[in-house]
Amino acid sequence: MAQVVTSHRGPVTGTANRAKKRRPFLIDLYSTAVGKKYVMALTGIGMMGFVLFHMIGNLKMYAGAADLDHYAHFLQTLLYPLAPKGWVLWILRGGLITMFVLHLHAAWSLTRLNREARPVKYQSSRDYQIANFASRTMRWSGLIVLAFIVWHLLDLTFGVVNSEVGNMVQYEGDTEKIKAVYVSVIASFDRIPVALFYVVANILLGIHLFHGAWSIFQSLGWNNPRFNKWRRAFATGFAAVIVVGNVSFPVAVMAGVIS
Amino acid sequence: MSNTIKNITLKIWRQSGPAAKGYFETHNIPEITDEASFLEMLDILNDRLVTEGKEAVVFDHDCREGICGTCSLMIDGQAHGPQRGTATCQLHMRKFKDGDSITIEPWRASAFPLIKDLMVDRSAFDRIIESGGYITAETGGAPDANLIPIAKPIADAAMDSAECIGCGACVAACPNGAANLFTAAKVAHLNRLPQGQAERYSRVEAMVETMDEHFGSCTNHGECEAACPKEISIDVIALMHKDYRKAKFANRKDLARS
Amino acid sequence: MSLTDQLLAQNTVQLDSKIPAGPMADKWNTYKSDMKLVNPNNKRKFKVIVVGTGLAGASAAATLAELGYQVDAFTFHDSARRAHSIAAQGGINGAKNYKGDGDSIHRLFYDTVKGGDFRAREANVHRLAENSVDIIDQMVAQGVPFAREYGGLLDNRSFGGAQVSRTFYARGQTGQQLLLGAYQQFSRQVGLGGIRLFNRSELVDIVVIDGRAAGILVRDLVTGELTSHSAHAVVLATGGYGNAFFLSTNAMACNVTAAWRAHRKGALFANPCYTQIHPTCIPQSDDSQSKLTLMSESLRNDGRVWVPTNPDETRPAHEIPENERDYYLERLYPSFGNLAPRDISSRAAKRAVDKGLGVGPKKNGVYLDFSDAINRLGRDVVEERYGNLFEMYERIAGENPYDTPMRIYPASHYTMGGLWVDYELMTNIPGLYAAGEANFSDHGANRLGASALMQGLSDGYFVLPYTIGNYLAPMLNKPMPGTDHPEFKAAEVAAKERFAGYLAIGGTKSPDFFHRELGKIIWDYCGMERTEQGLEKALSEIPALYEEFKKDLRVTGDGESMNQTLEKAGRVDDFFQLGMLMCKDALDRKESCGGHFRAEYQTDEGEALRDDENYCHVSAWQWGGDPMKPVLNVEKLEFEEVHLATRSYK
Repeated sequence: MAQVVTSHRGPVTGTANRAKKRRPFLIDLYSTAVGKKYVMALTGIGMMGFVLFHMIGNLKMYAGAADLDHYAHFLQTLLYPLAPKGWVLWILRGGLITMFVLHLHAAWSLTRLNREARPVKYQSSRDYQIANFASRTMRWSGLIVLAFIVWHLLDLTFGVVNSEVGNMVQYEGDTEKIKAVYVSVIASFDRIPVALFYVVANILLGIHLFHGAWSIFQSLGWNNPRFNKWRRAFATGFAAVIVVGNVSFPVAVMAGVIS
Repeated sequence: MSNTIKNITLKIWRQSGPAAKGYFETHNIPEITDEASFLEMLDILNDRLVTEGKEAVVFDHDCREGICGTCSLMIDGQAHGPQRGTATCQLHMRKFKDGDSITIEPWRASAFPLIKDLMVDRSAFDRIIESGGYITAETGGAPDANLIPIAKPIADAAMDSAECIGCGACVAACPNGAANLFTAAKVAHLNRLPQGQAERYSRVEAMVETMDEHFGSCTNHGECEAACPKEISIDVIALMHKDYRKAKFANRKDLARS
Repeated sequence: MSLTDQLLAQNTVQLDSKIPAGPMADKWNTYKSDMKLVNPNNKRKFKVIVVGTGLAGASAAATLAELGYQVDAFTFHDSARRAHSIAAQGGINGAKNYKGDGDSIHRLFYDTVKGGDFRAREANVHRLAENSVDIIDQMVAQGVPFAREYGGLLDNRSFGGAQVSRTFYARGQTGQQLLLGAYQQFSRQVGLGGIRLFNRSELVDIVVIDGRAAGILVRDLVTGELTSHSAHAVVLATGGYGNAFFLSTNAMACNVTAAWRAHRKGALFANPCYTQIHPTCIPQSDDSQSKLTLMSESLRNDGRVWVPTNPDETRPAHEIPENERDYYLERLYPSFGNLAPRDISSRAAKRAVDKGLGVGPKKNGVYLDFSDAINRLGRDVVEERYGNLFEMYERIAGENPYDTPMRIYPASHYTMGGLWVDYELMTNIPGLYAAGEANFSDHGANRLGASALMQGLSDGYFVLPYTIGNYLAPMLNKPMPGTDHPEFKAAEVAAKERFAGYLAIGGTKSPDFFHRELGKIIWDYCGMERTEQGLEKALSEIPALYEEFKKDLRVTGDGESMNQTLEKAGRVDDFFQLGMLMCKDALDRKESCGGHFRAEYQTDEGEALRDDENYCHVSAWQWGGDPMKPVLNVEKLEFEEVHLATRSYK
């Protein structure tokens, strides 16, 4: 960003005559703030899809250990035998990681841009009119959710902080042992601080979504008087569904509803 | 009908130049009629300062009818002060009460370098318009004005965004110092009209990219709309984003010019 | 021998209006076919300075740059978009006859000459009417969002002084939309390099070398630096001098400095006493008020003007029964009613208030009542037409005009007088042009509503680009004096001394104090109604106050950084000198016409009484070295097409 630090004096002319260097169009698009916001919105949609299906899948927990573990196995063997076991899941994970990295990079560079856009802060306190807690804390809610995801992976995916991960179980009628996911989840949430962290992080995720899921429409330019009034309702509803669904798991474990 | 408001305390930002150190200076207005406008209160203060041999507070202002867009001021943390849809020049003292303390700051953004006291340089807006905020129609060759009928809702929508007065409140109010509302208002005005179609995509591309050189990014807070004296809706920002996307994707052939 | 002819014989300056020969309707075409042209490749060898970026300045600069001239444009604002053209609300006339109500170029021409009380130059007005049609086309092509009918075609409304609907409008912000259109066209040229834009740069002097305009001297308002700029031609599009009254609808920074500095360098100042008082402004509410706000004249389309018949009336408006109201415009001027021209409506309001019938806390206004329109059309239609004006009124006056009638009163609004120019818009200094409100040419003694925007754009888009070429063509490859010429240096020294002088006085009163006092004198004695006695009083008070200004002015701060007090001092100084000329001119013109109403010259019914025998001329004043000693020159006005008649709007 070319910073105008002092006021220019003297004549102004030919300001539009600068030759624009054109790069491959996706990079060109991503080089502007508006382009970065598209990327944030698109990756946001992708991750929203993940979060939604992740939550729906986890509802299997209420159907019992066998259902959840079979669901986990299903994911592990997606499109098998067309593709080798685990491959499709890793491709999906690869896509998710890419979206995550792009989302983070765009957020990081836009934050830097925005800091540069106002190097001298207001010296008196601002009286915000529309900007809400969610919109003004996106980077903090995002960072805390990021920290949670790291913990969550270490906990339930890689088992670094969860000794139950990696155990196998064979259910009646099955021909092979599959991963005992249910047990590790219960074990994780039996630790009260972990369960609380999970609850707090998901509430922050909800706050992040409350602004993000609305913001998508603006960033992508999906604006139509017919549905504009539903955009806020959609974002609120989506955030609520995710929060209620996700928070219910540790609460259910702590309350002993599932064990 | 007119009442007197007593004992107003003003905390006004003073800064003798771009490089100088700024500070808040406190002044008392013992009494003022509520019929006075906010800027008339500053006039009265300045008159007093000059008479006392002190330097008057520098602030931008001109038409005092809310249309020229020259006035600015961050008043108690709000661009153009506490009244919605109103530029500072049309803010009246009846919005304040006895004993109020009012803090006045210049607008702050790197694209709006400070000149003196409360005055900033908003030329970056002109750069955006120069890059594409126009319809190319050189004098002399225009067809009859009624040749192209324009549906009333379209003409009205174009007018809604054309009302922008270029005051910079959107940038001042934006937590990110973004100028998307200003830029989008012009894009929406011209891109909605049949006359503007020929340059629709080159316009939005040039304007967005020029905007990017000076300003922060839009994160959809909506503060700009709340501060806008013309209450221009952030819907225009969505329209600009859409047209920019189309410019980049659908019209690469047209744009493969350099 | 009439007075006009006697004066003509005494002229000290040869005033050639250069009106082309031939029938009225053909003059402009004849001019265009006969004028000299500059080859497209040679245009870039000429530099033109345009001062001011309002409608006239921006459109002229843009068009000249499009043609290929090098253009340097100057504005004292931060941006070219701020000029006060932006504040015009109601609309712009165009003789399109889109309504099929019998409009034509001839009718617009006729209305304008008649509206100007037969004190305008016919040929200029006809050209203005011809160009009005092209202006609408040009502005629509620029994307100006004029109001439309449901079928998609342009809508029109009617305006004071006309019986056809020919006014194009964009809500109550027509001036804004037109200015932004011109500003965008101008900005395109800045972007492309056709125009060099100098912002926050105020003209402080004009430099004349060997009898030709050679350039200007400019003060950078941010740094206080004085710089010289030379050019082949200079255009002043610097607006009017309505702020001489202090309280006016003009923007705070509007001033006469550019025109006045040109006047002091030899340009004649024409008809300074022709000032327009706009009938529908919000009355002054208190003494600290800095300016008055206009409510578009278009409100008179649906609003009815009235005052109570009882001077001691205390009831709120809606409680006053119909038979105790005087709808005086409808009563006095039945055929035009509430749409009577501005000067006539203004004086009628003044008479009502002077009789003690005024309304509001200070009894200084008349009602403009929309209750009939709301009943007839519904609140929605009224809101659609005037919503933004109603909101503006409520913000300023603190009353809701849907429930309580608006209170209005006349205020200084526009100045018909200005630098004398010939048919080519050139002043008597070769190479120095004046366009828009800064010149005197098209409105005579009174301007019709929605004609100011038309004139600014006509001058800038469709007149100057031709006439400047005609002047420049013979100058090709002739040397031009540079800014190192001694005249430029002398101007720099003089300006430096002038500004240092204001800072050095060290008196006790601010420039605003003097401006306010000066404005009061001019308003009281040279405002809506003038008398010999009053004008003589003003001519003794203004010089006395001016002496005090020179001794007791206080300007704080320095001359090396942004200093609005210092800017103001220079502008007030020029207003003082102009104020004397306004009063001199008003005193000299022993007749009433349009905006100039001398109480001694009125009909039994209180209408303006012209003296066509002795005053059918333009009074063009020459600087005599002392503001109290101007030298009168006259240009005789001949009316070939429209016959001199008493204006009647009954």
